[in-house]
Amino acid sequence: MTAQTAKRNATSVDPAAAGIKPVVNESGIEIKPVYTADDVVESGGVDSSRPGEHPFTRGIHDLMYRKRPWTMRQYTGFGNPADTNKRFHYLIANGQTGLNVAFDLPTQCGVDSDSPEALGEVGRVGMAVDTLRDFEIAFEGIDLDRITVSLTINGAAAILIAMYLAMAEKRGFDPSKLRGTAQNDILKEFIGRGTWIFPVEPSMRLVADTVEYCARHAPLYSPVSVCGYHIRESGANPAQEMGYAFLIARAYIDAVLARGLDVDEFAGRLSFNFNIFGNLFEQVAKFRAGRRLWAKIIHDEYGAKNPRSGWLRMIAGGGGSGLTIEQPENNIVRGAYYALIAALSGAQTMALCCYDEAYTIPSPKAQRISLRTMQLLIEEIGLCDTVDPLGGSYYVETLTNQMEEKIREAMDEVEREGGIVRAVADGRIQATVSRQAYEHQRKLESGAFRKVGVNCYEVEEEAPEVALHPYDEDDANAQIEALGRIRSERDNDRVAACLDRLRADAAAGTNVMPALLDAVKAYASVGEMTNVMVDVFGRYREPIRF
Amino acid sequence: MERKIKVLIAKPGLDGHDVGARVVVRALAEAGFEVIYTGLHQTPESIAAAARDEDVDVIGLSVLSGAHLPLCRKLATLLPEYGLEGRLWVVGGNIPREDREALEQLGVRGVFPTGTKLDDIAAFIRENVP
Repeated sequence: MTAQTAKRNATSVDPAAAGIKPVVNESGIEIKPVYTADDVVESGGVDSSRPGEHPFTRGIHDLMYRKRPWTMRQYTGFGNPADTNKRFHYLIANGQTGLNVAFDLPTQCGVDSDSPEALGEVGRVGMAVDTLRDFEIAFEGIDLDRITVSLTINGAAAILIAMYLAMAEKRGFDPSKLRGTAQNDILKEFIGRGTWIFPVEPSMRLVADTVEYCARHAPLYSPVSVCGYHIRESGANPAQEMGYAFLIARAYIDAVLARGLDVDEFAGRLSFNFNIFGNLFEQVAKFRAGRRLWAKIIHDEYGAKNPRSGWLRMIAGGGGSGLTIEQPENNIVRGAYYALIAALSGAQTMALCCYDEAYTIPSPKAQRISLRTMQLLIEEIGLCDTVDPLGGSYYVETLTNQMEEKIREAMDEVEREGGIVRAVADGRIQATVSRQAYEHQRKLESGAFRKVGVNCYEVEEEAPEVALHPYDEDDANAQIEALGRIRSERDNDRVAACLDRLRADAAAGTNVMPALLDAVKAYASVGEMTNVMVDVFGRYREPIRF
Repeated sequence: MERKIKVLIAKPGLDGHDVGARVVVRALAEAGFEVIYTGLHQTPESIAAAARDEDVDVIGLSVLSGAHLPLCRKLATLLPEYGLEGRLWVVGGNIPREDREALEQLGVRGVFPTGTKLDDIAAFIRENVP
């Protein structure tokens, strides 16, 4: 320490002596009332890299939003594919630049609409998909070159990726030029969100199958979006959110490397999905630190040569756990701050939870408000003018250094105990985050963690004026009838042959993507393909651990 | 010593949101109940069978997908078949106010929408267990 820093530290404010409360952020870092240049140096030094330059702390591109604003991609889907297609067109007409498809639970769990397990669920939380016909309807009239599509699908991802590629090909789009994203992050489904189907090991194999297939045949398609998002929603703090996501991404990379691919052949197509609620500075530092750490992991640990391989490309959005059922209009304001966080963090894509989302599938108006929130930042508030506008702030730079350490610590802890795949298979990560969720709930109820409208500034409310999205049983029945018609009209011998091949390839350890593509094109259903794979792989049995 | 009140917390249907269910399991265990958690993706049949086999005093369902009415209708028909008539039945999750009455008509005694305090759930169970 130089004489000058010692002197400055001696005169810096000590919270206890000044009679002010200590502040510790969610990731466990104590926040000082004042930061200086010395804090940056002491926390790890000044990062003088430029945006677009390794390790990309300030952004993965040199000009970021000055060249092109973030993609706006609200999570949407309900009812049957025709209902969803209408909403897609509404959002595009309102300036949305990408699509993010919500599927109903039967589709997500590989269950056909006419199965007894789909009772009451067809088209409820997302769009129902049974066969390729549904994708043809859902994306009708949408230019897949201009509007990139993200599929929020995990357990059944291999099937739906095949369906998307088949649909695009049928429409005349060249798979080698096709862009888009599938979530396809099964390890986080075991931690939170829960739309798993197969056991951990074959699930990992399917992720590797999709990444390998896309690297060879659809090299611009992003076959995986690794989600810290849902792990945070399940109770993880921001540092764990990013740390666990990196461990999961590494597990996928290792599985694909074992297929004989070079890291530079696919690492650049991995993308990420992170959450944006909470303390603004902590989130911004989380993203800056995460970009730096991921670039180091890819280049230093995996020896990638292509700088793009180390890009932390991300959708930063949502914020569902930050929103409240109390005083729902406050969620419009929260959404605006969350969007600001995502913009200050250099997100490639943004999606916001709508203010009515604690109650229902968002109304068209609520979705438009979310879109307008993002458009206001672009058009009126100046968020696109300059890259990484918080870069150079003593506070943010210090916090970035400290968050990098915290993310590393979260990773090291899991690594020391046998790694992420085992920790997930044993239910240990689930136990950790659910305990934290419980502690958070207790703090919320005691008022130790302040939440406006929930434990402070409460009002005695009449029933809030939130119109609930109607669930249309006729729509569900129409979907079931449509599936019945396809089953009777398609070439069922061809379907049977395709399913036999899928079974053989699944059992032999051959990449299942070519067999799935053939089956999808023969109008085999999601449930039929899933059941064949369940026969071979078995079903996941959830470890119950607290 | 008095026998602990035995509670089954179950996740019916395909809904994967288990944060709330797990939080409630922990809260009830800390409040002195014996709690069994089924895990995700349970059918109404598997829930009724678990409630019968474990001879629980309370059946608690957690549903956030919006499918609480069809799932509860199904369970309501199964409870007598499994000899579970009269067991205290409660439901929590993303339950709109306007569905409360329909749930009560099916036999659900306690409805705990998002935002319910953990101690209130425990107190309700203590007061209402036969």
